[in-house]
Amino acid sequence: MYQVRDLRLSFPDMTRKPLFGAAPRIEILRGLSFDVSKGAVLGIVGGSGSGKSTLGRTMLRLLEPTGGSITFNGRDITHLEEDALRPMRAQMQMIFQDPMSSLNPRRQVGGIIAGPLRVQGHDGIPAKVTEALDMVGLPRSFANRYPHELSGGQRQRVGIARAIALRPEFILADEIVSGLDVSSQAQVLNLLQELVRELGLTLAFISHDMSVIRRLCDQIIVLYQGEIVEQAQTADLFAAPQAEYTRTLLDAIPLPDPDQVWA
Amino acid sequence: MNAFLEIRNLCVTLKGGAPILRNVSLSVSAGQVHGLVGESGAGKSMIGKAVLGTLPRALAVTRGEIWLDGVDLQTLRPAERRRRIGASAALIPQDPLTALNPARRIGPQITRRLVDILGWSRADAEARALELLAEVQIPDPARVMRSYPHELSGGMRQRILIAAAFAAEPKLIIADEPTTALDVTVQKQILRLIADMQTRHGTALLFVTHDLGVVSKVCDTLSVLYAGKVVEEAQMRRFFMHPIHPYSAALLAATPSYKDPEGSLTPVPQSVIDQVEREVTDHDRRAGL
Amino acid sequence: MRDARGDVKRPIGLRLWLSGGWLILLVLAALLAPWIAPQDPLAQDLFTSRLPPFWEAGAEPGYWLGSDSLGRDVLSRIIHGARLALIVALVAGTLTCVIGTALGLIAGYYRGWPDRIISRFVDIWMAFPPVLFAILLIAVLGTGLTSIIIAIVVIDWTRFARVIRAEAMTQGAMDYVASAQVAGRKRMGTMLTEILPNVLPTIIALLTLEMGIAVIVEAILSFVNLSISTDSPTWGGMISEGRTSVHQAWWVLVFPLITLFLTVLSFSQLGEGLKDRFDPVLR
Repeated sequence: MYQVRDLRLSFPDMTRKPLFGAAPRIEILRGLSFDVSKGAVLGIVGGSGSGKSTLGRTMLRLLEPTGGSITFNGRDITHLEEDALRPMRAQMQMIFQDPMSSLNPRRQVGGIIAGPLRVQGHDGIPAKVTEALDMVGLPRSFANRYPHELSGGQRQRVGIARAIALRPEFILADEIVSGLDVSSQAQVLNLLQELVRELGLTLAFISHDMSVIRRLCDQIIVLYQGEIVEQAQTADLFAAPQAEYTRTLLDAIPLPDPDQVWA
Repeated sequence: MNAFLEIRNLCVTLKGGAPILRNVSLSVSAGQVHGLVGESGAGKSMIGKAVLGTLPRALAVTRGEIWLDGVDLQTLRPAERRRRIGASAALIPQDPLTALNPARRIGPQITRRLVDILGWSRADAEARALELLAEVQIPDPARVMRSYPHELSGGMRQRILIAAAFAAEPKLIIADEPTTALDVTVQKQILRLIADMQTRHGTALLFVTHDLGVVSKVCDTLSVLYAGKVVEEAQMRRFFMHPIHPYSAALLAATPSYKDPEGSLTPVPQSVIDQVEREVTDHDRRAGL
Repeated sequence: MRDARGDVKRPIGLRLWLSGGWLILLVLAALLAPWIAPQDPLAQDLFTSRLPPFWEAGAEPGYWLGSDSLGRDVLSRIIHGARLALIVALVAGTLTCVIGTALGLIAGYYRGWPDRIISRFVDIWMAFPPVLFAILLIAVLGTGLTSIIIAIVVIDWTRFARVIRAEAMTQGAMDYVASAQVAGRKRMGTMLTEILPNVLPTIIALLTLEMGIAVIVEAILSFVNLSISTDSPTWGGMISEGRTSVHQAWWVLVFPLITLFLTVLSFSQLGEGLKDRFDPVLR
């Protein structure tokens, strides 16, 4: 579904801009190549500053790459204009990290979920909103609530409902459980797993948490400072991590086990 | 009494209403690490704030005793209470980004407490700060003292906050989610640093966290909180081998562990939530709330 | 999970009641001026000149707040002056708000070259001393209600543009805006349906503040005799006239001054009160 080749992205560093002339550029993504096949659940893991969120936003073309290419469903979208992208947007949706920031605080849940449907010109919107609420396990009455009246886990379900309402082929989930309590974390992950199976979704799941990735994903990309340091099937990676960084990352995780060797 | 900090039946409520902490009791001795675990809103941070006297203005201690070094803080006048807390307790805050004043150099931010509250001379305080920065493994401490916070990484800043917390040799340190904002690799270094410092200085440490993985690495004992009520208090090892309260067991099963993909990340069953909710309601009824 | 942190209640603001009450009173006074004013505000009568307010010795019934040196009733003039003050506040405030907000939203949300042009323009504009600028404008346009309104709009739109631009930039960085883009919403649509509602509390606060400022500017211009013709009563004109006779008849100066003060204060308090009241996030 996705083919990413030698993807590069850099920003001008305005803090170091000389008085005259161009600012030096900070490279966020340094030549990434990978494929996402239909039906795959791909985990993208890395620490802060690894470029994982930037990669996600570039794949959805919220950012424009400075080099390389992105092909989605056989179409080169690397430098496509927003007008040309708009009809394709129904196929690629995103769930955001912070549901408080990604849900418009002045809209009721029903309106938030209906938004993308309306933009993409669907009809029978109320029925689709109800269906989406059912699918994410929220009571239908929640359509009339505001985001701030919901708990963290419920807000994230609204984010998921908004993404699946359009029935996209591809969903990008950017750190969607990192702000949640462990109990809601587990519920949201289970829900996502179910939806992937039921709707035949392709999912890219960005996270810093190896445990969460292992639970959900069948392939993993490990990012470190804007480069892919390891790319493997989940089972293989956990059985025998190849890259030095992957090993360091795994060793650093404090497991809920007093006997873990963690020195 | 051998516990340096002992909290008995502490109740904190929202002014004119809802309880935030419900009869919390716990104790921490010198050289011991006690973990406070719970989900957001469980009131775990509020315990530390009640001890340090930094509760938000809308909250108040309505009942209970906080014994710090053999004195019940609640019986002291505010000024005396502040002096005692300042002399014997310190905080390692959660967010190294906002805990340091971005407009001031690092040096004065470490020495300020020593000079202002404890009356050290500036030269002594600076010598002590340099020594501590070296102790928290900061390269080139003299240069760091002259730096501004934005020139340093998150991990470095958290090291500085640890140095600042230990500067006055407090007998009690309260660490409020000190590694939540950090990457796992940095978290590991910082946790080990806190544990090392705590052992070396023989400090009593109250460690607030939502992560049972972290608890298993640094704590000797722990309290699990739900809605401001302690549901289980336990020795660390016993807790992980055999949690007694169903809510503790459920929380443990919900905690992610890549080594155990089947047994971890299990949602907390509704029956367990109903049970703790019932216990909290029963408690409130008995307390006449 | 039970969570008591959401239980904090915000009491309904007393200041909303007080400020709203004063302004409603003022609006009523302005609308009903010809019927409720005890005297003709323009009628001069040297026999009734410099009458003190009703509680002092020598007061005349019908002249509640006294009269000025030409024998005109102070209360009637204040009531009639409210008409002009409120027209200026409403029209100038709203126009300023619409123009400034539109430019601020565009600059803050679209960024790029529209932002560069608008921001430079604002910077240059704000370098002019405002009162001098107003006096200059009136001198060119001639005195009159329309000129005053134009002068206020021309000077003050930058206040809105700057604040709203900053606010739109903050909101534009939120993920719900990215989310609208993922949904395929056009930029104009995103600006109007996602950003504008979130900037609205700030707009309301600024608008009411601006209305207060408009009242002050009008008073200043009247004070320097650059407002409407001297015939129609204005608060600024009354203050200006009262100043000359403050030792003989303090009431001519003090009552319009208090009215002006309360009105401007009420406008700004109303804005703050409304902002608190209609912000679902704060509430």
